Order: sequence, then C-alpha cells, then structure tokens
Amino acid sequence: MAEDEPLTDIKDRIDQTLVDTLDPEVWERIRTMDAGQNELGYDPFGFQPEFLKYIAPAAKLLHRRYFRTEVHGVERIPDSGRVLLAANHTGQVPIDGVLIGASCLFDRDEPRMPRSMVERWVPTIPFVSYILARCGQVVGTRENCRLLLRRGGAVLVFPEGVKGVNKTFDQAYQLQSFGLGFMRLALATDTPIVPIGVVGGEEQMPSIWNFESLATLLSMPSFPVTPTWPLLGPLGATPLPTKYHIHFGDPMTFSGEPDAEDRIVQSKVDRVREAIRELTKRGLHERRGVFF
Amino acid sequence: MKKTSIPSQTIVITGIGGHFGRAVARRLHRHHEIIGIDRRPVDDLPKDIDMEHIDIRRRSVEDIFRRRDIEAVIHLNVLHDPRARQEEHHDFNIVGTQKLVNLCDEHRVPKLVFLSSANVYGPDPTNDQFLEEDAPLMGGQNFGAIRDLIALDMFCNTFFWQYPELETVILRPVHIVGRVNNAPSRFLRLDRPITILGFDPMVQLIHVEDVVSAIERSLIPGVRGVYNIAGPSPVPLSVLIERLDRNPLPLPEPIARGVLEAGWSLRLSNWPVPELDHIKYVCMVDDSRAREELGFEHAHSLDAILDEVEAMPLL
Repeated sequence: MAEDEPLTDIKDRIDQTLVDTLDPEVWERIRTMDAGQNELGYDPFGFQPEFLKYIAPAAKLLHRRYFRTEVHGVERIPDSGRVLLAANHTGQVPIDGVLIGASCLFDRDEPRMPRSMVERWVPTIPFVSYILARCGQVVGTRENCRLLLRRGGAVLVFPEGVKGVNKTFDQAYQLQSFGLGFMRLALATDTPIVPIGVVGGEEQMPSIWNFESLATLLSMPSFPVTPTWPLLGPLGATPLPTKYHIHFGDPMTFSGEPDAEDRIVQSKVDRVREAIRELTKRGLHERRGVFF
Repeated sequence: MKKTSIPSQTIVITGIGGHFGRAVARRLHRHHEIIGIDRRPVDDLPKDIDMEHIDIRRRSVEDIFRRRDIEAVIHLNVLHDPRARQEEHHDFNIVGTQKLVNLCDEHRVPKLVFLSSANVYGPDPTNDQFLEEDAPLMGGQNFGAIRDLIALDMFCNTFFWQYPELETVILRPVHIVGRVNNAPSRFLRLDRPITILGFDPMVQLIHVEDVVSAIERSLIPGVRGVYNIAGPSPVPLSVLIERLDRNPLPLPEPIARGVLEAGWSLRLSNWPVPELDHIKYVCMVDDSRAREELGFEHAHSLDAILDEVEAMPLL
C-alpha cells in the first residue's frame, strides 16, 4: 500500500483545490444536504452529494461567468418535500438543465439538487453512466420518477422532451407540445409543480437546419446545422456565451384522477404550459440583449 | 424482526448439502424436524437431521413422503453449474421440481418454499432502479445459464393456480454473499477483481442468515406468493471493493470480454462472460412487499456481510 500513498495524496490535493473554488459555506451546505443518503453517503439511485465537488466548480463557472445567469424566484421551490420542476427545453445541447441545477445549488439558502430523468441509453456510456448517477441524475422510467417523488425529491422534467431541444431557430421560444406523463405522476403522488421559463438557450446554438437523414444514419436524435457547425469543426459546436435568464414561477397544485382521459389531463397540462409561456415571455421582455 | 410463533413442523429440505442448505438446516433444526435430501455426500450437519442420499428424481423419494407427515418442503435443489451439460442441467432442475411438486400434491403437503434469485430479472440499462415482483424475467436474454432458473421460477408460479391448496412461496433474494460459494461471493474474494472501466453500478447484497430468516418467515401458515428479498441499502460496486481493501483491475469492456472468453474456452476460468453485465448495469429489487407481508427485516449490515466474505477461502 505504501506506493499508493503519494497517489492518494495527489488526489486529495486535487479534490481540495476543486473545493477551494467554492465558497466554503456554500460547499458545506451542498455537502451536507439531505438527499436521503445512507450512512455511506449514497442515495438508492447512486447520488452522492460529496461527488458534486467534481462538477460544481465547472457548473458554477458556466453559471456565473460564461452564461452569467440571472435567476429570479428560485426560493419559490419549497425547501423540502416532493416537487416537480417543469421547464421549457431549448438549445440543441441541454445546458438549461445544468443551469437550473446550478441555480438550485448556488442561488438558494437551502441548496436542493434537482434530479432529472436521463435517456435510457445513458447507462450504456462508460464514465457518463456513473458520473451522472453520482450527480443525482436518474434513468427516466416512470417507476424511478415515482420513487424519487415518494422520497421527497425535487424532480426536473422537460415536458417538451427532445422536440424542444432540436427545434430550429425560426421556432425559437415556441413551446412544443407537452407530454402528459408528468401531470399524471403529479396527480398520482399529489406533487406541486413549479413552472420554469428559461431564456437564452435558443441563441447559444442557433440551428438553421436539422439534417434529419444524417441524424438517422448516426442514430442521433437530431443533427443541427448552425452557422459555425459543422463548418468550423468541433470548435463550431461550442455554445455561444449568451446571457441566460431563468424565471421560477409559484408552485401550482392540481387535483384529480391520475387515470383520467387525455382530454382532461391535457387541460391541466395546458395550465402549466401557459405558466411557462408567461415566464419565458417575461424573460424575453426583461432582457436587453442576447449577450448582456 | 417481529416474532411470529411458527409451529414446529416436519420439513423436507432438498439440496441440503450446499453451503446455503446447511445454513438453513442449522437454523431450522432447533424448532423443526428436518429431513434432508441431497445426492451429494454431506457432512457437518447437526445430528438430529434425517439425511437421505438420493437424487430427487428417483422413485424412492416418495418413501420419505409416505413415512412421515411432511408439513413443508424447502426446495433449494437447483443445479447451477455453467460447465454442466445442458440436458443434465435441465433434466435435474425441471424434472426434479416436477416430481417434487407432484409428491407435495399427492401427499397433501401444505407448503412449498422455492429459492429463486433476483438475477432472474437480469441486469439491464433500462431497468427501474428497484424492480418489483411483477417485472418481466429478462435475465435469460443474454445469459443462457440462468434460463433454467427462470423456467423453474415461472414453473413454480403456475402452482398458484394449478395447486391452490399448496401454499407456494417463491423468494428472489439479491446477491447472497458470505459463507457460500456462489459467483458474487467468489468475485468479492478475488485479490484483483475485474471491473469494467467507466461503469460502477449500484448493487444490493444480503447476508446468508437474513435469507434463512426470510425462508423461516415463509413457513408461517397462510403465507404465499412471490417475494423479492434485499438486505441493507445499495452501494456502488466500487465501495464494496474499496471496503474489502481489494485492488480492482478496471478493464475496457471489449478487453474484459475478450479475456473472459479466452479464459472460459481454455477452461482457465469458470466465469461465464455474460455475467459481466452484473458489474455493468443495475439489477436491484424493491423488497417492500416482503417487509410488509412477511414481516421480513434484515439484521446484518453491509460490514457484517463483507466480514463473512473473508470467512471462506476462494475455491
């Protein structure tokens, strides 16, 4: 074991350097947040708040310096208890999820880690599989979502799904149709919904055209063509440093039969959709420009 | 654990000669009369156990049922040897169980407890984090050697309507680790266990004695059904390896597969290649039904389980 010690030492020092980039008080609150972890620091889904030290510094840099997110009303998320966060989904690469997560960690007195649902093929990717799990991301099955809510978690959903991310620039900030699943779960588990409007994502990678046949060939959900991608190669795929504005709405509560007809659930979903539309509208109205 | 008094019964345990069978016998023989059946030679069993060295497919097994009023059968006699011939494997497991259930039916045995495994669900990236009892048994899609167990599990499932008087209990415990010689225990006994680079699934383990407790609870009259059984809360595989102070050998998946395939075909290793999925994807169960209906509670912590790993040498 003796020869391992310098290595462990280096690892500890790197860890400490990462932690030092964070405000010690904020880090202490993140590290000790109650996410239902066991005595070894893991929750049943593999989330380990301690692990956030590897992600939080980068997320904070994106949040504060690169995208300079302006966050409004993040305290509207209750400090504890189950809650669904429903946001619009934009921007070809899902930076919005990262920034909503960063807002909930850095801009609240009581940090909460929103747990989002990832695609079912994510666990097949080496490293990504467990890194996302350690950061609290969960494979998107209905049962997993139900269990997270039952355990009092904050679950982040994008009811537009991948349709929202992939749309071309001419449809910027037009909400796509919403799935009904999140509402059925909210009704079944009696969970309040906090609507979130994200502004700034659409301009980070304005997609001119979706090269669908190539996407099918590469089995990707879409292949966006932007002014710089694929023209400038990988560099062209870097999101532009747009300024993000995130507006959190007041929690909405719904009651009713979770197994009701689509028509009835749809009317409730439309109320959430309307709330998100209002929040994005406010964000668009308040911002002075795309980059500042 | 809640104490429900289980009346003293006469119990047949098949496959009593294995490490797990002996653990069950050692616990139950104090309160019950035990008759053990195994075709293997068995030693170090308590003296008051009637031992029958016989293959359960043999006709003379019926004598045991004629001689005594059997009140419960605990069926542990499942051959799981990936090197054994398929026909022998299948015949022993399926035909043996068929014979046994016929005997239970003819001799009006009220209870049959079958030990299946949570592995019947199979590790898969799309699995729910915690599978419930009604999840499909997909373990066989990549791993042929477990199809027998799945077939048996499903076969026992048919008893609920075929033999309604027979109270059938099917237990699906997670990886039993400790004083047994199964794949997960052997894996954790390796000095340099292979892991797949970039994968670190959550795993559930359970102590041998806790599974014995679950079997004991299953003997309560009136209990029937399928129950997942799990122990302490799950942890990542890497944490298990770290706590055992092992030095893992992370290999990229294609290399790990290649090495295992070569080892398997050259008979240098007995690890079936598809079992790699267990150190790659989740296969965990929700045991709340057992905790509510059986009153099952695990008594052994993760540390207690890992201490037991060292208690047996790697064979």
